[in-house]
Amino acid sequence: MSMVPAVLATACGLGGAGAVAGFVLPYRLRVPVAGVLTAGVGVSGGAAGVAALVGSRWSAALPGVLPLAGVHVAVDALAGLFMAVAGAVVTAVAVYGIGYAAGHGAHGLGSRTAQTALPLFALTLVLVPVAASVSSFLVLWELMALGSLLLVLTEHRERSSVRQAGVWYAVMTHLGLVLLLAGFALFAAQAGGETFSALRAGAHVLSPAVRGLVFVLVALAFTSKAGAVPLHAWLPRAHPEAPSPVSALMSAAMVNLGVYGLVRTGLDLLGGGPAWWWLGLLAVGGASAVYGILQAAMASDLKRLLAYSTSENMSLVLIGVGASGVFTSYGDRPLAALALAAALLHVVNHSAFKALLFCAAGSVLRSTGLRDLDLLGGLRSRMPLTAGLFALGALGAVALPPGNGFISEWLLLQSLIHGLQVPGVAVAVVLPLSVALVALSAGIAAAVFVKALGVGFFARPRDKRAASANEAPPLMLAGMALLAIGIVALALVPGLLGDGLDRAVGAVGLPGTGAVSGGGVRVRLADISASLSPLWVVAALTAAILLATGLARLFARRRRRANARLWDCGGGAPTPRMAYTATSFAEPLQRVFDDVLAPEQDVNVTPVRESAYLVERIRFQHRVPDRIEHRLYDPVLRVLAGAGQAARRLAGGSVHLYLGYGFAGLVVLLLVLAVGW
Amino acid sequence: MSAVGYAAVAGQVVVVGAGAPLLTGWMRQVRARLEGRAGAGVLQPWRDARKLLHKEPITPAGTGPAFRAAPALLVATTVVAAALVPLLSTDTPVSSHADLIVVVALIALGTFALALAGLDTGTAFGGMGASREMTVAALVEPTILLSVFALSIPTGTTNIPAIVSGAAHEPGRLASPAGLLATAALAVAVLAETGRIPVDNPSTHLELTMIHEAMVLEYAGPDLALVELGAQMRLTLLLGLLSSLFVPWGIATGGSWAPLPVALVLFGAKVAVLGAVLAAAEVFWAKVRLFRVPELLAGSFLLALLAVAASYFLNGAS
Repeated sequence: MSMVPAVLATACGLGGAGAVAGFVLPYRLRVPVAGVLTAGVGVSGGAAGVAALVGSRWSAALPGVLPLAGVHVAVDALAGLFMAVAGAVVTAVAVYGIGYAAGHGAHGLGSRTAQTALPLFALTLVLVPVAASVSSFLVLWELMALGSLLLVLTEHRERSSVRQAGVWYAVMTHLGLVLLLAGFALFAAQAGGETFSALRAGAHVLSPAVRGLVFVLVALAFTSKAGAVPLHAWLPRAHPEAPSPVSALMSAAMVNLGVYGLVRTGLDLLGGGPAWWWLGLLAVGGASAVYGILQAAMASDLKRLLAYSTSENMSLVLIGVGASGVFTSYGDRPLAALALAAALLHVVNHSAFKALLFCAAGSVLRSTGLRDLDLLGGLRSRMPLTAGLFALGALGAVALPPGNGFISEWLLLQSLIHGLQVPGVAVAVVLPLSVALVALSAGIAAAVFVKALGVGFFARPRDKRAASANEAPPLMLAGMALLAIGIVALALVPGLLGDGLDRAVGAVGLPGTGAVSGGGVRVRLADISASLSPLWVVAALTAAILLATGLARLFARRRRRANARLWDCGGGAPTPRMAYTATSFAEPLQRVFDDVLAPEQDVNVTPVRESAYLVERIRFQHRVPDRIEHRLYDPVLRVLAGAGQAARRLAGGSVHLYLGYGFAGLVVLLLVLAVGW
Repeated sequence: MSAVGYAAVAGQVVVVGAGAPLLTGWMRQVRARLEGRAGAGVLQPWRDARKLLHKEPITPAGTGPAFRAAPALLVATTVVAAALVPLLSTDTPVSSHADLIVVVALIALGTFALALAGLDTGTAFGGMGASREMTVAALVEPTILLSVFALSIPTGTTNIPAIVSGAAHEPGRLASPAGLLATAALAVAVLAETGRIPVDNPSTHLELTMIHEAMVLEYAGPDLALVELGAQMRLTLLLGLLSSLFVPWGIATGGSWAPLPVALVLFGAKVAVLGAVLAAAEVFWAKVRLFRVPELLAGSFLLALLAVAASYFLNGAS
């Protein structure tokens, strides 16, 4: 008997109890009680996920829960992977969130609304992968969107930008819902059933055109949730404006579900498809990875930077999923399994480091009230633990060896490089370009996190608030420490995931590759020879560091370190204002990618009245707008606003007119019924 | 096998570590002679290192652990890479770990650490150097990985010893269009990674044009010695990697002792020739403007892309 239903029921109970507690309890008790119950949701949801990864499967139909359709649930290893990730993130972030909201006043994250929504949002994050019918999936999906929307709006009293972000998020997530609804309705109508098993069985009945339409509709919605261009505009608005624990949940658990939906629908329910679907996904992923990380490079708002980096990492995952689909459509199933394993591993790794990064950014924000990197700096001496944890997360994010992100990007590159065995000119053109785009985004990601860490945490404070920062309270540190343990484990022994990852890949019908296995420390590819053992790399690096420092000390004459002023090429003791800021750090990259980014620069020189040569004031403005948003959304919004204005003329205010509309409507309806039916 | 293998690994590390200052001295000497100067002699970098090691270690005010740790990390990444790359032998105990992507990433890790150290000082020059170095590093990455892609196609692996021994046994591969294009692309990438002319001028004294040197301006004494050694080792290693990939002859492929000394001598000769060529070229080249560097790198990226395309259409499609 599987333990999954019992654990899931526990999660639901804890989530409900947490919501009630958040609503009923007074402020003092609300945050700890709801926080602990949310952590319980995370633990039990994660446990259910792990149980599914270990191999237990469970499915059930609960007819009474929803009217008409009932609720269908099923847990397989693919769902289990996403549940386990969401559960782990929820647990750590809930612990962090107790510290974050405590002592912060009854507004913001400590408010009744937020504390009621948080456990429910956490619960939906765990439950979305469990849904096994279109209606249950869409209900949970919408609950998740609403929960996160409420939480994004938490600080709406403090900043007007929060309200704006909320509107963007609400509109875009519901556009996504409409697309999903249309896609799934079409699919279910043609396949003759709305449970996932009926869809799976009926997928082959669909004509290729309908299948393609379903895929495009659904993929648009899911890639929007995952933050890929062009429907990414909500992400860099909503994630930074949400309270940091919520940002962490959204960036590390919610966006994953976009990938889950895509894998579930595209590879599992629709059973793969023609190559053009997946080549399209590869193109979207590639463009979005580079675009996202470039915007991150330009951002000087720490949380906006992290949000764009989420967009980039999810795009890398989409590249993996796309490659997997391409290989499936050409019939190379082991390679497809490898690419999918790389994508799923990157989901896990990204969740670990991005949750930590958002939490660390939240600590900085809570302590200093600053998100602007240009004003931060010098935090490593005031907040050493937070700085260290951020550095650990950044190491994961830059995809360099001891970090966990490197392992999944390495696997992704391996699957792309060896994809050239697959015949077809399209593949031969797309794969090298994908490799180049992955490499370029990895290179820029290194620059991005050098900027975030070096400008934000190192050097000296550029603002009073940064200079008087204090270390985060113990509970916040504890939550971050949980995530840090996860990162270290993933970086050193990714093999722990091995069998679970294979089962998750196997859940969509691809053969297990054993890519991450073998004594638990090795990443090995079965059909292609290449191996990477992270533990070995770390051991070798440690030994080499000891060797280098040892030899340097051996040959050095004087051991004692002396303190001295900064030399600065004889300039001596520079002030913090002279240090490089995030904006200046990004300037060369901005120049290089001038044509892509199209920065706007405005210099106003006001001369004194007596002479045009004497300057009284210079005003310099610089902005790097999101160009896709600029070019794509603005015209649409303008047309919509114009249509709205035009529609006002229909409402002239005369009752006769309105009665006339009603009459005309009735006549048209009757005519349609008479003629059409 | 294992004793020979361990000896080969140790030899690689020692040769790169001890030979790197000599290579730099040799290149400076070649350059000096070509410019009509007497030169300071091949051993000068060693003397410099000794001088720096005898100085007092300095901690500039306001710097933190990142600044302190970066020099050792820079040297350590290069040492690990030197142990992995088959400079003397392809049959070593670590050859199964010698993945080309890992080596590239290790070198990038050194750059990452040094850029953080540059920002850690909080000076304008440190930030300037870090910003420029990361920009160049980001743009080099696609070229390098595409070259890796092109190189891995014939052998079906990114394992360097396998690529090198494959090429040694089948020299025709090297003269193929793909091989030549990948060589050219990788050579430009190596110039950029090691901060040589035309990307960066290692002997510049003008702060405003510096890239690599600007990051390390605040280092003094033993720390500076480590930074310089790290940079020199990185040059040696990358030239060695180029020679291993494209002129693989002489590298020991078996488990016997005899080929090792030959490999050592040949490695020295190959790297010395490459260094001399580079030094001679630097006499005639000028450093390009920073914002022209992307054009150079875009060119090399194109070469790498052509290499992949060539190897696909000329070999793979048949």
